[in-house]
Amino acid sequence: MNVVVCVKQVPDTSDPDTEVHIDSSGRDVDRSKFSFVINDADNYAVEEAILLKEKHGGEVTVVNIGPETANQVIRMALAKGGDSAVRLEDEKFEFSDAITTARLLAAAVKDLGCDIVMTGCMASDDGYTAVGVALAQILGLPHAAMVKSVEVVEEGKLKVGRELEGGLMEMMEIQTPCVLTLQTGLNEPRYASFKGIRAASKKEIKLMDLAATGLPEDQVGETGSKSVMVQYSVPEVGELAEILEGDASETSVKLAGILKEKGLV
Amino acid sequence: MSDIFVLAEHRQGELREVTLEMLTMAGQLGGSVTAVLFGSGVDDFAGKCASFADKVIYVDDPMYENYNSAAYQAALVELIKAEKPGLVLIGNTGQGVDLGPSLAVELDLPYASDVVSISMEGDKPVATRQYYGGKLNGRIEFKDADTYIIAVREAAMPAGEGGKSGEIVKTDNPVTSEITVKRFLEYVEAAIGEVDITQSTVLLAVGRGIREDKNMPIMEELAQAMGADLAASRAVVDAGWLPQDRQVGISGKSVKPKLYVAVGISGAFQHVTGIKGADLVVAINKDPDAPIFQYADYGIVDDLFKVVPALTDKLKEMKG
Repeated sequence: MNVVVCVKQVPDTSDPDTEVHIDSSGRDVDRSKFSFVINDADNYAVEEAILLKEKHGGEVTVVNIGPETANQVIRMALAKGGDSAVRLEDEKFEFSDAITTARLLAAAVKDLGCDIVMTGCMASDDGYTAVGVALAQILGLPHAAMVKSVEVVEEGKLKVGRELEGGLMEMMEIQTPCVLTLQTGLNEPRYASFKGIRAASKKEIKLMDLAATGLPEDQVGETGSKSVMVQYSVPEVGELAEILEGDASETSVKLAGILKEKGLV
Repeated sequence: MSDIFVLAEHRQGELREVTLEMLTMAGQLGGSVTAVLFGSGVDDFAGKCASFADKVIYVDDPMYENYNSAAYQAALVELIKAEKPGLVLIGNTGQGVDLGPSLAVELDLPYASDVVSISMEGDKPVATRQYYGGKLNGRIEFKDADTYIIAVREAAMPAGEGGKSGEIVKTDNPVTSEITVKRFLEYVEAAIGEVDITQSTVLLAVGRGIREDKNMPIMEELAQAMGADLAASRAVVDAGWLPQDRQVGISGKSVKPKLYVAVGISGAFQHVTGIKGADLVVAINKDPDAPIFQYADYGIVDDLFKVVPALTDKLKEMKG
């Protein structure tokens, strides 16, 4: 069972201290103060890929589109059990929309001969929730999105659970090769071992630029994208809560008083 | 604006609200609104859609009893090619995100996902969607195309009153061959644990801000002092600190307590969608810009590790 897992490096916006500011172009954010991490859902995808390899054998290939600093998330996936890696980088890839991003990934994945391609279901920065499903169509493969359970039924067939609203699971049978976009929480992502990290540092990360993808220039980046994010803005803020002022001892007394007065505690 | 298609969404015998929200949204863009409905024995859904649309195109076939994006995609490709709508709206839902991107690729059309509002500029749509967990909006413009496909966020706008009486056109299933690449098996309902948080009067909801599992006891202590049941954001459930049946939000539960205290929860829309039914919301978060303060009645901007113990002590003291 050969698995390709696509990983994205994103700003660590889960940290409440991370502020997001629009840069002078209006089309990007100031990245100078960000720390970068693997996208949360992709981290679960890496774990699921390695679990499948451990159970059924085969190899795990890690694919990423990103700058050299993204090697950090690639190497971590290799350290956990990935076998090889491809990183796509070219300045012409900038401002690719979800479908164009999928086209780039397809160029890297199409000749790898894998049984399952995995992506996270959503990236925490752009929130597209679209790249994996677009990738499936470009590769001519079936797909399942928002997957929260994966089970190999028999050769060429998986049973997957898709997470819907309200925690309802839609159980599907799907043929392989296929593309799955994985939801957070489906496994417990492991930590890399020191031995794994050492081994990963020696593994080659194959680089692909525009020429290596074989794609014409007008099929990538902003030129190749049919939807273009032209301007960021700060959302209008609705009416805010009444903020209780003071230090913790004062605010807790105020809050306790309010709750008592309303008969809620 | 030419015709706008809205894909009706239904599940387990119910037409989902997002359908009416999208029909309402489409109605405000000008042009004729067509609800597109695939189902099996869904005459009543067609009727319901007709009160929000100028036209309902409706395919009744056992193939569509349960959702299979491959079947939907095959049918939509044929209908879009035949009817040439200018815009197609799909819910950015568990069903829609499994369909929209591959449909757009197959038809080589522009696609935007998780869109919160649409306006028309000339005869082209311009979309607004959110980035960085709702901290920024982005304006999406499209390259010229005959049809634009947009996946609309659930609850992006409320459904209107309806009141139209659109023409209902039942058509033959455009998909004539069996779909074999994937197959629906069954739905599995989320388990209900020892506490059903949808019935709780007071909830203390814990978010990523608690940082580590070992900080759960101080939350449990506060819950006890408040007489609250514990609830959680997705991050806490994913990390395994609380069971899934405590999760509040789109993929968890919708709750309706008299009091909801959110601690260390930033307030992404996926979470706050689940607390619309709460009477009083209190948020404790160190980030003054956290969206949760837009949904809360009272807020404390401070380190939760200072406020939570102080509040616990105060509540215990009041009880005597």
